[in-house]
Amino acid sequence: MATSTQPVTPQLWLRQQCRWHPLEIVFWLSTLLPFFLFPNYLSLASQIAITAMFALSLDLILGYAGVVSLGHAAFFGIGAYGAGLFSIHVWGEPFTGLLFGGLIAGIAGYITSFIVARFRHLTLIMITLGIGLMAHEIANKAHSLTGGSDGLQGVKIQPLFGVFKFDLYGYVAYSYSLAALFIAFLAVRRIVNSPFGLALRGIRENWTRMPAIGADRPAHIRKAYTIAAVLAGFAGAILTQTTQSAALESISFGRSADVLVMLVLGGAGRLYGGLIGATIFMVARDQFSGIAPQYWYFWIGVLLIVVVMFMPNGILGGLSYIYARWRRK
Amino acid sequence: MLPPVFGVLFDGIAYGMLLFVLSVGLSVTLGLMNFVNLAHCAFAMIGGYVTAILVNSYGWPFLATLPISFLAAGAASVVLERLFYRRLYRSTDLDQVLLTIGLAFISVAVAAYFFTTNQQPIETPSFLRGSIEFLGLNFARYRLFLIVVALIVTILLVLGLEYTRFGAMVRASVDNQRMARGLGIDVDRTFALTFALGCGLAGLGGGLAIDIVGLDPNFAFNFLVFVLIVVSVGGLGSIAGSFFAAMLIGVSDIAGKYYFPEYGAFMIYFVMVAVLMWKPTGLFGKR
Amino acid sequence: MKRFLLAAGIAAATLVPAASAQETIKIGVIAAFSGQFADTATQIDNGIKLYMKQKGDSVAGRKIEIIRKDTGGPNPDVAKRLAQELVVRDKVDILAGFTLTPEALGAADIATEAKKLMMDMNAATSVVTEKSPYIVRSSLTLPQVSMTAGQWLASKGGAKKAYTMVSDFGPGIDAETWFQKGFKDAGGEIVGSVRMPVANPDFSAFTQRAKDLNPEAIFVFVPGGAQPAAIGKAFAERQIDPKKIKIMSTGEPVDETAIKAMGDIALDRLSSWHYDYNLKNKTNEAFVKAFNAEFKRNPDFFAVGGYDGMHLIYEALKKTNGKADGDSLVGAIKGMKWDSPRGPAMIDPATRDIVHNIYIRRVQKVGNSIVNVEFDTVKDVKDPTHK
Repeated sequence: MATSTQPVTPQLWLRQQCRWHPLEIVFWLSTLLPFFLFPNYLSLASQIAITAMFALSLDLILGYAGVVSLGHAAFFGIGAYGAGLFSIHVWGEPFTGLLFGGLIAGIAGYITSFIVARFRHLTLIMITLGIGLMAHEIANKAHSLTGGSDGLQGVKIQPLFGVFKFDLYGYVAYSYSLAALFIAFLAVRRIVNSPFGLALRGIRENWTRMPAIGADRPAHIRKAYTIAAVLAGFAGAILTQTTQSAALESISFGRSADVLVMLVLGGAGRLYGGLIGATIFMVARDQFSGIAPQYWYFWIGVLLIVVVMFMPNGILGGLSYIYARWRRK
Repeated sequence: MLPPVFGVLFDGIAYGMLLFVLSVGLSVTLGLMNFVNLAHCAFAMIGGYVTAILVNSYGWPFLATLPISFLAAGAASVVLERLFYRRLYRSTDLDQVLLTIGLAFISVAVAAYFFTTNQQPIETPSFLRGSIEFLGLNFARYRLFLIVVALIVTILLVLGLEYTRFGAMVRASVDNQRMARGLGIDVDRTFALTFALGCGLAGLGGGLAIDIVGLDPNFAFNFLVFVLIVVSVGGLGSIAGSFFAAMLIGVSDIAGKYYFPEYGAFMIYFVMVAVLMWKPTGLFGKR
Repeated sequence: MKRFLLAAGIAAATLVPAASAQETIKIGVIAAFSGQFADTATQIDNGIKLYMKQKGDSVAGRKIEIIRKDTGGPNPDVAKRLAQELVVRDKVDILAGFTLTPEALGAADIATEAKKLMMDMNAATSVVTEKSPYIVRSSLTLPQVSMTAGQWLASKGGAKKAYTMVSDFGPGIDAETWFQKGFKDAGGEIVGSVRMPVANPDFSAFTQRAKDLNPEAIFVFVPGGAQPAAIGKAFAERQIDPKKIKIMSTGEPVDETAIKAMGDIALDRLSSWHYDYNLKNKTNEAFVKAFNAEFKRNPDFFAVGGYDGMHLIYEALKKTNGKADGDSLVGAIKGMKWDSPRGPAMIDPATRDIVHNIYIRRVQKVGNSIVNVEFDTVKDVKDPTHK
């Protein structure tokens, strides 16, 4: 965080935060590298971008508002099924399907946000977990609508802009998910560097004090939670559209837990944490499971423990700590 | 003649007792140190494998393996506590989640490597199989056994906490850690011991669970959700809370499936959310 | 720029296999090697390994190489990506494996688009083979066994009132539907049915419900793993005696692990299934012996699915003389008949689906061990759902 000696007004601080750091530009340029360096890994890159977007949405509530959720896949899954069903029953145009997925996830998020905003700590985690598990069970029960455990059948997505067909190599899929991720990132970056974002951080730092200084805590949390649900819905919708399939796994506890692990691995509350975490986790998983399809869990476990032992607060947390120490010398 | 509702209650309580033995350790460690140990069920799995291997490969009687499963899981927890947990006592919850999920991942892979991905069935002794008929209802013997074991565990725990010096130290540390430290209680040491005890109980639960729910490398994750539900519904750090929460969850699970089979899977989630909305700290929780 | 890359990529992808055509044939095995279904994938893989050990790792002058990929569970998106990567990056000629239906359905589009043979070695939902003209199934379909179970029970089994208990997910609902159809077609009556949660640890409530209705027969479907033994014990605890109330199921509720965990209470359970390690035929005896020597455990139907899948691939390659494109291989496999450990088997030329005998078995004590013994055979059963 900013540690300048002059008095910093909130406005000035926010403006400082809004400025683009050269490293950020390097980061975003490097996301184009897969097109040139790893053209055979584009479908993996696309799924990483989708997961990164999902992690980003969790970061907004977890990293900034302190709302730890173990049921975030509910919105991812609603978006995934929403986009899939839209393509079956309405039409296969991707952008409208994407908006539809985000919209219904947002509605579900808004409704549940009234419950979520009232609680914190373990209670909050367990309530989100309960909501997530119930959503999973509903998707399984609604067999005629969702296809149950066999997955949704008949998803057909038209080419982007009517021109770019989702190809075998994943060029279009990666371009689409990367563009969506970038736009989502810009939106979240703007949100967290606004007075509203500051209020969220205030809530994270001191839950009881914020209402005391006049902030409408439940309303802030509800707003953030709904936005996060919309983003998660977008991510789910893109997964459905780029893979032309949707299944119970997209709404499962496993997915909620995985994204939480990725975000914490990268470093929560740092915007890039989810992106880095998702990339490292998924690349590691892909590589380890290529080597040892049965035992890759072991190496992922080792990775998590090593990070936790040597880099508290995630990879980005650890790096910034090292950087800060290096600056002080 | 007893109406069927008693049979449902009996099965529910027996299932709840299994959940209680599996989860009480986590409740105490969470309440004591706020340590989020998502690898708790991995310790239960250690106990399960110890029982399965001793029964199947060494021909031990089932009952004799149970104390060993308790000791093995407890011993493993001491080692891991020294190596890893200790360093993260004062870290954030999220770092603890990352560490313990990592440990759980490793436990799954290690179990798959050494014991294969196969189910590990065990044959329980004949006096624990089948059921006893009483007033027109069948009461499964293994479930009776589970209830007896759980009651013994509960009584020992309650007596131990109420009447021993160690128990008093644990209670003091749970209630007010800062004050306890101020009074010269070595809270870290107390925690390590409690942790070993809790993990040992999980190991015992793992051994007991095989006959009801089976055992494979995924055990470390399969029961995590149920255990977390019991802990949160019961309230952190409360043995009585875990006991009644486990019973509530067990009974509502079985009753839900019996009376509304179509919606049976929702029942425990619904009960959990309802209880937590009514009492956010759980039935017996103080914080 | 993107257009150019796209063109270059496609050019590279089409050129490279042509250059390596006379060398290795790569088979990409996609299965859930980790997670809840890890044992299924392991056994399929054991079947594959055993076949390659017995028949050598080259056929029709070409070396066979296996590339294994883990989906971690029923993830169609992951399965699709892995299939995509296997085709694009690893240049595989054949896709195989598929523990679960969603995996197979996810990868089906890729098989069609890339024109690669896709050998479904397990996923048992009927619809799988209809999703792509390149899919061949070496395992079984659930309607095949459950409809046979229903027909047999009502016609020869002497039960007219049945209760069904299935897990509430795709395969369970399939089993329920087709058992009930077979049972009613043969003159039986369904007195009640229940769908149980998929990951259900405790069955006492459901067995009590079944007992309350006092049916003549109960049909059970639960996925393999811990649940078969749990439901068997719950029957015994409710004193539902298989000698008095016929308990019929597919093969999984009375598989080797389940019987071992149940012990004597499994006796007299009935099942309708296509394979068991105790099946009496020469091919199977040799197969079980070799399997035990190699992996120190008995094979199960997953292993046979993998073993037979490899057999089909090898035989097809012999017929095409090493040509590994999808159309030639599927053409060669259609109508193929072979002597499988499960008995005589055939790939239906019209549907590319498996046709095999379904055995009606009873759990019995043979010497010191408790095993499934077949006592009736329904010959050459096709999947009833394909038109």
